[in-house]
Amino acid sequence: MIATVLAAVSDFSAPTLDYHALAPEIVLAVGLCAVLLVDLFVSEGKRWITASLSGFVLLGALLPVVTVGVTGDDVRSMFDGRYVIDNFSLVLKALFLVSAYVVVLLSTNEIEEGGYYQGEYYVMLLSSVLGMVMMCSSRDLVSVFVAFEFLSIPTYMMAAWRKRDRKSNEAGVKYFLLGVFASAVMLYGMSLLYGATGSTLLTDIGAQVTASGTLAGVEVLGVVFVIVGFAFKVSAVPFHSWAPDTYEGAPLPVTAFLSVASKAAGFVALMAMLYLAFPLASDVYQPLMWVLAALSMTVGNLLALRQTNIVRMLAYSSISQGGFILMPLAVASEAGTTGMRAVIVYLIIYAATNLGAFAVIIAVSRKTRSGEISSLGGLFGYAPGLAVLMTVFLASLAGIPPLGGWYAKFGAFNAVVEAGGGWGYSLAVIAAINAVIAAAYYMTVMREMWMKPAPDGDVTTIRVPASLQAALAITGIATLAFGVLPGFSGYGNITDLAGAFVR
Amino acid sequence: MNTLSDQNWLLSLGVFLPMAGVLVMLFIPKSDEVMVKGVALATAAATLLVGIYTLTQFDYGNSASQQFFTSTDWIKPIRATYTVGLDGISLPLYILSMVITLLVMIYSWNHVPDPGNPKAFFMLMLVLQTGMAGTFVAQDLILFFVFFEVVLLPMYFMIGVWGGAERQYASLKFFLYTMFGSALMLVAFIALFIVTKGNEGDGNFTFAWFAEHGPGVSRNTAIWIFAGMFVGFAVKVPMFPFHTWLPDAHTQAPTQGSVILAAILLKLGTYGFVRIAIPFLPQAATKWAPFIGALAVIGIIYGALGCLAQTDMKRLIAFSSVAHMGFVMLGISTLTPLGINAALFGMVAHGLITGMLFFVAGSVKERYHTLEIGRLSGMLIQMPKMGWILGFCAMASLGLPGLAGFWGEFPAILSAYNPLQSAEFGNLSPEFFRVLMVIAAVGTVLAAGYLLWLYQRTAFGEPNPEFVSGSHGDHHGDNDEMHDEMHDEMHDVGIFEWIAWTPLLIAIVVLGVYPQLMFKVMDPAVTNLLEVFNR
Repeated sequence: MIATVLAAVSDFSAPTLDYHALAPEIVLAVGLCAVLLVDLFVSEGKRWITASLSGFVLLGALLPVVTVGVTGDDVRSMFDGRYVIDNFSLVLKALFLVSAYVVVLLSTNEIEEGGYYQGEYYVMLLSSVLGMVMMCSSRDLVSVFVAFEFLSIPTYMMAAWRKRDRKSNEAGVKYFLLGVFASAVMLYGMSLLYGATGSTLLTDIGAQVTASGTLAGVEVLGVVFVIVGFAFKVSAVPFHSWAPDTYEGAPLPVTAFLSVASKAAGFVALMAMLYLAFPLASDVYQPLMWVLAALSMTVGNLLALRQTNIVRMLAYSSISQGGFILMPLAVASEAGTTGMRAVIVYLIIYAATNLGAFAVIIAVSRKTRSGEISSLGGLFGYAPGLAVLMTVFLASLAGIPPLGGWYAKFGAFNAVVEAGGGWGYSLAVIAAINAVIAAAYYMTVMREMWMKPAPDGDVTTIRVPASLQAALAITGIATLAFGVLPGFSGYGNITDLAGAFVR
Repeated sequence: MNTLSDQNWLLSLGVFLPMAGVLVMLFIPKSDEVMVKGVALATAAATLLVGIYTLTQFDYGNSASQQFFTSTDWIKPIRATYTVGLDGISLPLYILSMVITLLVMIYSWNHVPDPGNPKAFFMLMLVLQTGMAGTFVAQDLILFFVFFEVVLLPMYFMIGVWGGAERQYASLKFFLYTMFGSALMLVAFIALFIVTKGNEGDGNFTFAWFAEHGPGVSRNTAIWIFAGMFVGFAVKVPMFPFHTWLPDAHTQAPTQGSVILAAILLKLGTYGFVRIAIPFLPQAATKWAPFIGALAVIGIIYGALGCLAQTDMKRLIAFSSVAHMGFVMLGISTLTPLGINAALFGMVAHGLITGMLFFVAGSVKERYHTLEIGRLSGMLIQMPKMGWILGFCAMASLGLPGLAGFWGEFPAILSAYNPLQSAEFGNLSPEFFRVLMVIAAVGTVLAAGYLLWLYQRTAFGEPNPEFVSGSHGDHHGDNDEMHDEMHDEMHDVGIFEWIAWTPLLIAIVVLGVYPQLMFKVMDPAVTNLLEVFNR
């Protein structure tokens, strides 16, 4: 017994690790332990230190992402191609780290003043971000699943962070139950794929899936189950029912985090699966994606029209935006790199815009203590700065030039039109109609801010804390810059998901 | 396409100077109203000076070429460029947008509509100016699209915040209609790019590329792409049956909003037809032309009948816009140099005349607090100057020879007698267009009818006793204080009104007497644009 183990050990050669490329993950892991420790030793009144520390950890993790990015275009592959750092993963890692930094800025005052468990909150946040960062590089069923759970489980707890609030408990429980259900479905799908192909490496699966020339039934099931699992995560209709309740009940910064980072992580995983594991199963996943996209944007929009609570409205709006992000994936095999680029660009711009919208809502609700759309009444009169910023974010979500959102929508349209054919053009027309419906409810909010009086005549100005100001500045500038000069840093020019499109 | 690149910074300066003014205004406190207005006015004046300098530098012998041309990469991944240029078609509209913005600002000096807040109001006008001027000089489809959309939000807020009682409904309607059109338009633009781009990765979004490769697209594809553009531009024009946002938007908008909307924003649609849809997709244009012509004529008659039914002066003027834009679209639909020259002239003339009419309507509303035609009368006695100006504008609007309106209408009708005959892209049926011509001619009679009737009811006769101070009739709201107030308000044309209106009035006369001023600038460019049909 021991002999065999020893023999196995002697065969074992340590995999080479590229510490430079792994530095973001390492910084995050060390950082979250540090936050946990610091939290133990500071007095109650100084717990805000954990927030600042988390911010520094995230920026510290961003640093190696940037240095790896500028030192060369070569693909760094580890563990036999199971963990890959390429441009695709670097861009998305940067997206997650910056988004999380903005979420920390949003959380600082909310969590401190709410009397919540500050230290633990930031530990959870950092763990989730670590999962997301890992997701960007995972190229293997096991690591995809581990990263997926790593990023999900902390968010279940964060959603229920307002312990004494029933709605928050509901949010957490609902999210948890549906989330684990989705995980189970996905895991089942993965096991089927493994059973059918004999490998957990995504590119191996991709090569195996049609080795026999046609798709086996079990492979079809595997593909469908995996997609359904991720569809829960990105709250695509008809797997969206958790989103509005969870968004409404969770603390606002957590909602912002869920609607942006967590959702984006789902899309990242989805892209890795579609482009690496199922490139030849497009007959199966494309119609599925088409239906998910068309349903998400249409149903999300129609339900958003009816909302009176701004957070619920943004929840449905994010479902509908998710439909736009799914759009290029519905034509992934025809649109090729254009489609992938469109998704990434959309995720980046959507993150900036949606986080900004939440920042304004958090700032306003500090005064009004309400989540109703009507509570924004008269905002332009007493807080013109916030009103203009909110207008910028909403207009960007609606896709009006020259704000970021138009370029995101342009990319999505570009991908489906380039793919052409009945599927592509019909989706483009559905999306065009939906863009108008979406504008209607974004306009409702603008109308409230610009044209209605303050609901209770209370026109005292809003004091915006410094951290929120920073968040507003980052998101506001990003939203404008992405719209006016979308090509300024070449971020929209990501062509390599390493190993993709190998046929 | 020939291009001249001398002084290629000039157009960018003219387009973005208003944004610089907006940036400065951000740092002026809201309470300092004089400063706010002053900076805005100075910016608009400086912009117009740049425009006048452009006029002096424009090479009139080469008006078919894109002048002050510049082109650089803008969004590399999608091959959109920042390309701007100015030719004889764009020049009048580009300058008109600058003139109108300045005049509207002068008018606004003491006419900021409720609920006040001149800082936001003037800033929105400057943003509008950038969008409008940019649309007329853009030489790249994506750039054009961005500028085309930039005007949306400012106008939405202008109507929605400073408008009349039904402003929220009207502004939302305006927004959603336009948004719908532009979403389909964007899809059409992308589709056009995709079908023209080469396999080797060449191609870009510049107008020059599409002018060269668009006509080669197969006719069936082209017809569908044209359909997307058609919806986008037709909503903006607005053409029957997409016009229903217009009466609401115009009626509810503040005077300044109505003037800008009528004078410039409607022209973005017709300009799009002339600049983009027709030259890039001539094979589809010849198929669509009869349809467009028919809708245009329906618009003429429908608008005129709509006018006859209105009881509100502003709404009547709004409906007259539908009719006038019908003449413009009729000219465009003939696809002939004469028709398109007429359309372009009509666009400018309509901008001047209808803009003026909306100014007058705004001032009337300010004095009488109503625009109900039935309650207005005797303006010539009460306010003779205002009455004469209204009469002058009504005459110009109905197309009286010698005033600018004539040169938009008459050649447009004339051009329908001989629509395009193109060897390559097919002929338009002369019989059909001659029928349209006759109906359109009837439309001019109706136009004379509703305008003269409007003038007769509002300006002639005795002033309505309810608006005469000192008279104690048995009308409602009678107490002496109120009449004294009313007496103060019944003053004739004021100084700011004179400054704002005089240039428009002069322009209406000058262009009416000497239309060649514009035709000779536009004609080479139009001929150049329509070369595509003759090759």
